[in-house]
Amino acid sequence: MGTGPVSTTRPGLHAAPEYDDIQGLVRYGHGHLSDSCFLLLQIQQADAARQWLEAAPVTSAATSESPPDFALQVAFSAPGLIALGVPESVIAEFDLPWQQGMSGNSGRSRRLGDVGASDPTHWDWGGESATAPHVLLLLYSQRGRLAEFQASLQDEVFDTAFLLVGDALTASAGGMREHFAFVDGISQPAPDWEQKLDPVSERDYRHQMALGELLLGYANEYGQYTARPLVDASHDPAATVLPPAAESPHYRDLGRNGSYLVLRQLEQNPHLFWSTLNHLAQGDEQRRDELAAAMVGRQRDGTPLEPFDQQGNTPPDSRQRANDFTFNGDPLGQVCPLGAHIRRANPRTGDFPPGANTLLKRLLRQLGFPRRHPGEDLIASTRFHRILRRGRVYGDVLSPEAALAGTDNTPRGLHFICLGTDLARQFEFVQNAWIASAHFAGLGGESDPLLGTREPLPGGEANDSFSLPREGCPAHRVSGLPRFVTLRGGGYFFLPGLRALRYLCTRRDGENH
Amino acid sequence: MTDQSTVTLFARIAPAKLDALRTLLATMTAAPGLADPHNAVIPFYQFQQIHMARFTILEALTNDDMRLHGRAPRPWPPTLAFVADIDGPVDVFLAELCIRCDAGLRQIFSHCLGFRSTHPHLLQWLHEHLEPAQATYTNWRGRTVLQVRQEQTLSATIRQALPDLMQQPANRNPNALRQQLRAHIEALQNNGEIELSAPQAAPIGRVLRRWLHAIGIPLLLLALLPIALIVAIPWLIWLRYLERSDPENTERPSADHLDRLVAQEDLNVTNHFNVFGQVKPGLFRRLTIRALLCLLNYAAQHIYHRGYLTRIQTIHFARWVLMDKGRRVYFASNYDGSAESYMDDFINKVAWGLNLVFSNGIGYPRTRFLILGGAEYEQRYKATLRRNQLPSECWYKAYPGLTAVELARNARIRDGLFARHLSQRALRQWAQDL
Repeated sequence: MGTGPVSTTRPGLHAAPEYDDIQGLVRYGHGHLSDSCFLLLQIQQADAARQWLEAAPVTSAATSESPPDFALQVAFSAPGLIALGVPESVIAEFDLPWQQGMSGNSGRSRRLGDVGASDPTHWDWGGESATAPHVLLLLYSQRGRLAEFQASLQDEVFDTAFLLVGDALTASAGGMREHFAFVDGISQPAPDWEQKLDPVSERDYRHQMALGELLLGYANEYGQYTARPLVDASHDPAATVLPPAAESPHYRDLGRNGSYLVLRQLEQNPHLFWSTLNHLAQGDEQRRDELAAAMVGRQRDGTPLEPFDQQGNTPPDSRQRANDFTFNGDPLGQVCPLGAHIRRANPRTGDFPPGANTLLKRLLRQLGFPRRHPGEDLIASTRFHRILRRGRVYGDVLSPEAALAGTDNTPRGLHFICLGTDLARQFEFVQNAWIASAHFAGLGGESDPLLGTREPLPGGEANDSFSLPREGCPAHRVSGLPRFVTLRGGGYFFLPGLRALRYLCTRRDGENH
Repeated sequence: MTDQSTVTLFARIAPAKLDALRTLLATMTAAPGLADPHNAVIPFYQFQQIHMARFTILEALTNDDMRLHGRAPRPWPPTLAFVADIDGPVDVFLAELCIRCDAGLRQIFSHCLGFRSTHPHLLQWLHEHLEPAQATYTNWRGRTVLQVRQEQTLSATIRQALPDLMQQPANRNPNALRQQLRAHIEALQNNGEIELSAPQAAPIGRVLRRWLHAIGIPLLLLALLPIALIVAIPWLIWLRYLERSDPENTERPSADHLDRLVAQEDLNVTNHFNVFGQVKPGLFRRLTIRALLCLLNYAAQHIYHRGYLTRIQTIHFARWVLMDKGRRVYFASNYDGSAESYMDDFINKVAWGLNLVFSNGIGYPRTRFLILGGAEYEQRYKATLRRNQLPSECWYKAYPGLTAVELARNARIRDGLFARHLSQRALRQWAQDL
C-alpha cells in the first residue's frame, strides 16, 4: 500500500478510457430515462449484500446500439465499505472527507454552510449514524416502468441483505427546469476522455477538464494522480481483478475508473422565492423577473446576462451563447452581478486575469502587477474547482404564477448530485469558498442568492443581502432575504469502477457472518 | 504614519506544567482556539493597539522527520509562543501589557522555565524572551486598529444613509452624492457621533531611514554582484544535487491531527495559521533560507505593504522566525477564508514563492531550481503543510468579520469622501465602492 512517486504526464500517451469498466452515470446523465429513484440502504447481512451486488446489473458507460431501457448505478459510503468487510487499511487510503462523511464533524458543516435549519441534526437522513446510508442505488427507467425495474431488483437476496433508510428518493428528469423555474444544468465541464489535453499549458478558462478531475486513476489538472487506495496484490490476492496503477504499475488501482459522488437533498421553497421577489419588486412583474434573473445570472430560458464570449464577441448561436462566455468583460459585475448564482458556482476565470498574454506580462502578474481595479484577481484558476453535475429534480415544477399562489406546498426540490475525485478541492471548495462565502470576490454580507443560509456571520453581522453593482453609482442592495433552500439530507459516496466493485464484494477469510 | 510592529516572544514550558498551561489558555477562549476578548487573564479588548494576537504551544510533532535524512532528531522542549501584531513600538506595548495584565502574565508564564509568579522584573523578563522575526508582512502599513474601527463605522453609516439618498434621482450623479454624504458625515462629526482621527505624521528620521534601506540594500547587492556571480555556479550545482537527493514526505496527516486543526477553523472570517518545521540539515540550507527570508523581508517592507503580497490579497499579517539556531522555522499568519482556499490560493498563485522559502524545510515536495515543482505537487504539499501545522491555543482579532479587502475598501471610501479633488473616473469608482 502506498502512494508511489508523483508523476507528471505527457499528453497523448494514454490508452482510451475503459468505458466498460466505468459506471454509466459518469459519462451520461441518463436523460432519456425520465423516471428515477435513489435507494438509501444499510447492509444488514454482508454475505447477502456481496452476493446481490456481484449479480447486480450495474450499467456501464460503454455504448450500445440502442439506449438501455433501465440503468442502475451503485455507490458506497465509508460505513458501507466497512460493513462489506473491506480492510480498514484500504479504507484509510480513500479521500478523508469521504471517510468522515458529509455530516461527520461540525467544522465541515460550518464550511459547507450546513447550519441553522440545514444543520445535520435536522436532516431526514444521513445526519446521524442511525440514518446514514451504506449503499446508494440509483435507478433510472423509461417513463412508467420504474416500479417494474425496482421490483426486479428487490429480490429475496436483496431483502436479506439490505434495510431501506427512509423512503426512496424519487425524482424525474422533469424537463430542463428547476423549481425556481429556471433552465438548469447548462454549464458542465467537458471531460477530456481522449486525454489529449495538456492541462498545464491551457490556462485560460475552458470547458474541457482533465479526466483525472472526474475519474481516479487518470492525470488531474495538475498533471498528477490524485491519491487513492492502491493495493499490493501479493498481499491481497483478491486485488488481481483490479487494473494496475498508471503511475506505479506494481500496485493494483482500486480507484481507477471510480469517482466520488456527492448527494444533497435540497428542498426548495418556490412560493417563498417568488413572493419575496414580488414584494421587493412591489408587484411589478418585469422588475420581479429582472431581479430573479440577476440573482441567477441568467434569464429563465437560460440565456446568460453576460453577452460576451472569451474574445468579447456575441456568439450568434443561442445554444452556444448559453455556455460560451466568461465574465472577463464585466469584472465589476455591472452586467451580471458578482454574487449571481452562476458566477459563484463557476466564476469562469483562467489562471491569470485577462490580458496576461505575453511572458513578460505573466511574469509581472506573478509578482502581483499591474493592479487595474480593486478586487481584481481575487478569484482565479477555476479549472481546479470544477464538478460534473448529475442531479435530478423531485416534485412538480411550478410556474412563478402558480408558485406565487402558494396553493401547492408539497415538498419539492433538487437531488443535487455531483462527481469528482477530490472532495475538498472540488465540491467542498465550490460550496465553501464560492457559494456560501459572505466575502466572495470582495463582497460582504451576502452569500449565494438562491442557496444562502442567511445565518448571521460570526460577530453578528447580517448575511442576507444581494447586491447589484451599477456603473458610476453605489450598488443596488436588497436585504432581508429569507432562506429559499433547506438541506434535508446528504452524503459522500464512492462510485467504483466495475472491476473495483467486484473487488469490494470479495468475501474475506476470517470473517464471521 | 504609525508603523506596525510584530511581537514574537518565546518561553520554554516546564514539562510538568504543559497540560496545566493548555487548560489555562483554554479558559481564555470562547470557542476552540478563539479568544474571548473580555477574558480575565489577558483582556485583549482593552488594548487599542493590538490587531491580532495569539498564544501557541510550539511542539515538534514532526521531529522524527529528521530521520529521513539519516540523522537523529534534536530534542525540542515544548515552547510557548506569544505573537502579536500591534500599532507602534514593541517596548511601549509590552510596558502597557505589564501594567494592565500583571497578574495574568504571571499566571501564564509561571508555567515556563525560569519564571516564578513572584519574579521581580516581569517587563525585563518579557524583553529577554523576545526573538526577532527574520521576515514580517503587514497587509497595509500605517493602518491602525483605531483607523480600522473608525472607517468601519463610517462605511456602515454611509451604507445606512444610502437607500434614502438614492431615492433622489439627482444622487445618481456621484458628485452630488458625495456632497450630500459629506455634509451628512460632517454633521455627525460635529455632533461627536462619528470620530475620524487624522493619521499621525511619520517622523522625518524614520522616513529617511526607510528610503536609505530601500535604496541601500540593492546598491549593496550590486556591489557584491561579482562575488555573487562566482558563488552562484557552485551554489546552483550543490542546490540541484540536494534537490535531486533530498527525501520527500510521503505521509498524510493523521485524522486526529487534522480534526484538532479543523475544530478551530472558520469560526471567524479570518483564520490563523501556525507552521513549525525543521530546516533541512546542513549549512547550505540554513544559509539559503536565511538569505531568502532577508529578500522576502525586503520585498514586504518596500514593495508589498499596500494590500497584497504578490497575487495574494487575503493575508493580514505574517511572520517567519528562525529558531533553534536556524534549524527550525516558525511561520504564523492571519488570512481570510478557509484553510483549503488559503492553500489552493497559494498553490495556484504563488507556488514559486512558497518553494523559495519552504523547500528548505524537511519533507517538502521536490523542487527544481528552488522555484519550480514543490507546491505544484498539490496533494503532497498540502499533506506536508498540514503535518507541520499547529493549532493556536488562543487567538484574538480586533475586528471580527472584516476581511483585508473590506478594510481597503473602507479606507478608499473615506479617502474619496474627503478628497479635495477627484477626477470623474475616480469619482465614479468611489461611488461604486459604497
